[in-house]
Amino acid sequence: MTSVSTHAPASAAEQFAMRRQSPVQRLQQLLHSHPSLSPLLVLIVAFVVFTILNPRFAQPSTIGIILQQVAVIAALAIGQTLIILTAGIDLSVGAIAILATLFSANLAVKGGVPGILALILGVLVGVLAGGLNGLLVTRLRLPPFIVTLGTLSIFTAIALLYSGGQQVGRRQMPAALNWAGTPILIGPFRITTGVIVVAVLAIVMAFILSQTSWGRHVYAVGNDLEASRLVGIRVDRVLLSVYTVAGLIYGLTAWVQIGRSGTASPNAIVDANLDSITAVVIGGTSLFGGRGAIIGTILGALIVGVFRIGLSLAGVDDQWRVLATGLLVIIAVSIDQWIRKVKA
Amino acid sequence: MTAVTNESNEKYRGPAGDLADPSATVLSGRSLIKTFGKVIGLDGVDIDLFPGEVLAVIGDNGAGKSTLVKALTGAITPDSGQVFLDGHEVHFKTPQDARSAGIETVYQTLAVAPALDISANMFLGRERRRPGVLGSVFRMMDKKGMREDAGKSMANLGIATVQNMGQAVETLSGGQRQAVAVARAATFATKFVVLDEPTAALGVKETGQVLNLIQQIKAKGLPVILISHNMPNVFEVADRIHIARLGGCAGVITPKSHTPTEAVAIMTGATTLQRG
Repeated sequence: MTSVSTHAPASAAEQFAMRRQSPVQRLQQLLHSHPSLSPLLVLIVAFVVFTILNPRFAQPSTIGIILQQVAVIAALAIGQTLIILTAGIDLSVGAIAILATLFSANLAVKGGVPGILALILGVLVGVLAGGLNGLLVTRLRLPPFIVTLGTLSIFTAIALLYSGGQQVGRRQMPAALNWAGTPILIGPFRITTGVIVVAVLAIVMAFILSQTSWGRHVYAVGNDLEASRLVGIRVDRVLLSVYTVAGLIYGLTAWVQIGRSGTASPNAIVDANLDSITAVVIGGTSLFGGRGAIIGTILGALIVGVFRIGLSLAGVDDQWRVLATGLLVIIAVSIDQWIRKVKA
Repeated sequence: MTAVTNESNEKYRGPAGDLADPSATVLSGRSLIKTFGKVIGLDGVDIDLFPGEVLAVIGDNGAGKSTLVKALTGAITPDSGQVFLDGHEVHFKTPQDARSAGIETVYQTLAVAPALDISANMFLGRERRRPGVLGSVFRMMDKKGMREDAGKSMANLGIATVQNMGQAVETLSGGQRQAVAVARAATFATKFVVLDEPTAALGVKETGQVLNLIQQIKAKGLPVILISHNMPNVFEVADRIHIARLGGCAGVITPKSHTPTEAVAIMTGATTLQRG
């Protein structure tokens, strides 16, 4: 067998290609292979800086509060990550979660349905709503932005019409729906069962994305749709399943949200759409699809939470947190653009 | 050159153009017709692919070479005519059907996901699972095994410039990407491999490497259909050359029977094949 000319002496160009790389280039390659490193670095630096500004920041009680505050957005952002990995976007995350909370709570309180059943039906509403997004994206071939912009209004309207704009209060809520608000102590950290639910959700989805062929196909479809089709991946089936699984995650998040607030209100988590996208983007997942990871998204959600509490403990106006978040989004996307230009 | 054996009125198909019994070929197309509205894509084309050969399909733009190959590999369905694989008639409805039958195509776009690594691209769409509970219940991919086998496939084809199967395809050069796509096709094909303009986007050195890969596939005993514009490449690697022209076949020649200049003349209609 002949060999494809490999042992020939290196040409000038090849020697040039093998030259020592500058530290900047090596950083670029490092970030290219590990996109979650930059949010991790930001989180560590923010943690150190806020601890210096106010030592109370590093106390277990503060960290417990951050985790509780972050849980709902982090969970929604896990679903959002799946969709953004396919080069899509979901503007209806918050609407689906609210619809599911109101559905479960009203079924249980006004409909007299047992708590567990109301919970399951609420999660099912999330699945159906996500599946509807998926059907519109794959059957009508509409851009995900347009589909979810439309369903954002539709799901919000349905939620308001169904609930009559009324919130379901704390005292009426059955135990099964409130379970995710149960406080527990893990070591020195006071958190809730809802935080555990979100952590398990993150671990399970991270496993599925990195270890199963379905996960690999999610990346492939987002990276190059036509190539995926040509190698025999059933692209529409992957997309539909992604939107449906995201809906399932939003449905479970609704449960965590009821536990967190103790109520089901049409006015809750109004910023969820943009907050979830912010977490995904700061976490290093590319809006162009095919690149990113759940761990980055969790780090992204934590960064936003750390900034919120950290700046407030430092005695700074909350608007600085909003400003800092905006800067982080722009920096994160710039880094993504930069590392995508990497060459071997 | 070729002996005149019969005096039928059929158009002369050239020195390598006698139609074979489909039972003796890997692939045969007979009287393939495909129309797109009023445009004739294929005008009753016959084609044979013999075991172990490299068959080049050349032709001007719009001559029907891509349409012909698509009709043979399920990307389009011919309006009429027959396709035989190993002597049995087949009816491919999708490229997936052809793939299941052991036909692999390397598309001009390569069909690779740039952000995924080499091993992931080699096994894309047919990932292997780990044995036991980890695979059946937890659906875990056998990443290590796939990586090892991807490395073996590349090494078998003499591709030594790429060592790390965990390297993202987007960090590879154009020729290396081509090598990944060709290695994938060669690994999974059991009947034959189709290469669609594999050298169109490559430089001289990388073109040489791809031609070398084609020889390697042939050496493995797999026949190759090579669609190309590039006469020097075709004359370097092909055993027979099918010349597509105006939706039909202007003849089948060999690199020994004709020169590249003559091939271009036949391809463009400046001359027609004559007996003798």
